[in-house]
Amino acid sequence: MNRRTFLATLLLAFLCATSAQTARADDKFIIVQSTTSTQNSGLFEHILPIFRDKTGIEVRVVAVGTGQAIRNATNGDGDVLFVHSKPAEEKFVADGFGVSRSDVMYNDFVIVGPAADPASVRGMSDVVAALQKIAGAKATFASRGDDSGTHKAELRLWQAADIDAQAASGEWYRETGSGMGATLNTGTGMGAYVLTDRATWIAFGNKGNHEIVVEGDPRMFNQYGVILVNPKAHPHVKSEEGQVFVDWLLSNEGQNAIADYKIDGQQLFFPNGNGGPS
Amino acid sequence: MDSFWSVLGGAFALVFALDPDLMEIIGLSMRVTLTAVFFACLIGLPLGAAVGVFKFPGRTFLAVSLNALMGLPPVVVGLVVYLLLSASGPLGPLRLLYTPTAMIIAQMIIVTPIVAALTRQVVDDLNREYAEQFASLGVGAIDRLVSLLWDARYSLLTVALAGFGRAVAEVGAVLIVGGNINHVTRVMTTTIALETSKGNLQLALALGVILLLIAFAVNACVMAIRATAVRAAYA
Repeated sequence: MNRRTFLATLLLAFLCATSAQTARADDKFIIVQSTTSTQNSGLFEHILPIFRDKTGIEVRVVAVGTGQAIRNATNGDGDVLFVHSKPAEEKFVADGFGVSRSDVMYNDFVIVGPAADPASVRGMSDVVAALQKIAGAKATFASRGDDSGTHKAELRLWQAADIDAQAASGEWYRETGSGMGATLNTGTGMGAYVLTDRATWIAFGNKGNHEIVVEGDPRMFNQYGVILVNPKAHPHVKSEEGQVFVDWLLSNEGQNAIADYKIDGQQLFFPNGNGGPS
Repeated sequence: MDSFWSVLGGAFALVFALDPDLMEIIGLSMRVTLTAVFFACLIGLPLGAAVGVFKFPGRTFLAVSLNALMGLPPVVVGLVVYLLLSASGPLGPLRLLYTPTAMIIAQMIIVTPIVAALTRQVVDDLNREYAEQFASLGVGAIDRLVSLLWDARYSLLTVALAGFGRAVAEVGAVLIVGGNINHVTRVMTTTIALETSKGNLQLALALGVILLLIAFAVNACVMAIRATAVRAAYA
């Protein structure tokens, strides 16, 4: 085989492999910076096809922690922000990066723990007292530790309990620095208590012998908000299509689509975009 | 958790079901990785050969640098490419972030040093062997480089495969610059990471087995090309 044939064979093999899938036509799309809980729970796979059928707009979701989502949106790498940490969201709007913020839906956080329940917190509905018991028993607690919405909520609860959990970091308090799912995998693996949003927990496939031990405290309320990234801060933002998505989420149709999403008969998110409880 | 064998069976079932979503993900994985390796070879082969053959000041430093860059952490590459391609970054106006092109760029940066460093070693060794012949025939620098690359072609195929292996298994960089967007930038490794984070460990493992099978198939294809070429050469 001479030089030309050899190179031609390689090139041909390469072309066959790469042309198997050609690039999709660039149709109308927006990028939504969102959180892992909305993606891992399967909510987007349920509601986005409905939105696309109606408007022809494709929604491309980048699912990261709330902190990273806000930073990405601050850099202009997204048209819409859909996250769950109200103080951080309001700051984002106040700093001029977002047009305005609207409530979309809520669910709640729960604490899951091993069935053996070493800190005896099962059945408690006072989350602050439960955290104090966990800290008192030095029972292993796995924290997100990643500046996500859930992590911020957890830190607020520790603060309310007047406990400096980070001082015990590496001992009974374990900061995984990863997403909700990865932290749950760690938690079930090491028999630790974990604060998680209910939606991710219900949809989670590796529960092991963990179960919900603390729930029902109003302080564990988990509000999701949507913000159109401000075209004044980032002129390339697709504000027209982005606004269509925001409006649809808040419309009756969008709110019903959210309410319709269930796993094993359990509703995961409760719409409150029309001025419901917030 | 079921046994390893049932996971393996599940993996084959997934492949033979020809699930269109899975096929799309496999297709994108191959497109991104092979394109990245192609461009990495385009740069890395001549670069490595040049460092292997030519004598110039700083040559040793360059060789050590290339070897060191083989250990580039993908997450760092992902972060740098993100900062470059971000709307607020210097290349923001190109609108490449969260596209397969961004993933190709990131993987190319990871693979090029591997190809260049291994090529340098192969060509350097061969150059020593050929030194007298080249000198007696008075072969020019460029001709030297080309004939060394040509004569080392079978070793260099393995070099390219090493680059392919690194790229196809990489998750940190493509996750950051691609965003793991469904139907747009979701590849095998990011799907495995996603399914793991959903707690679907069996599915994640099955996808891992599929990725391994794909890598096996690609290696088998290249070896077949090589075997045919060798047979033809000595026929």
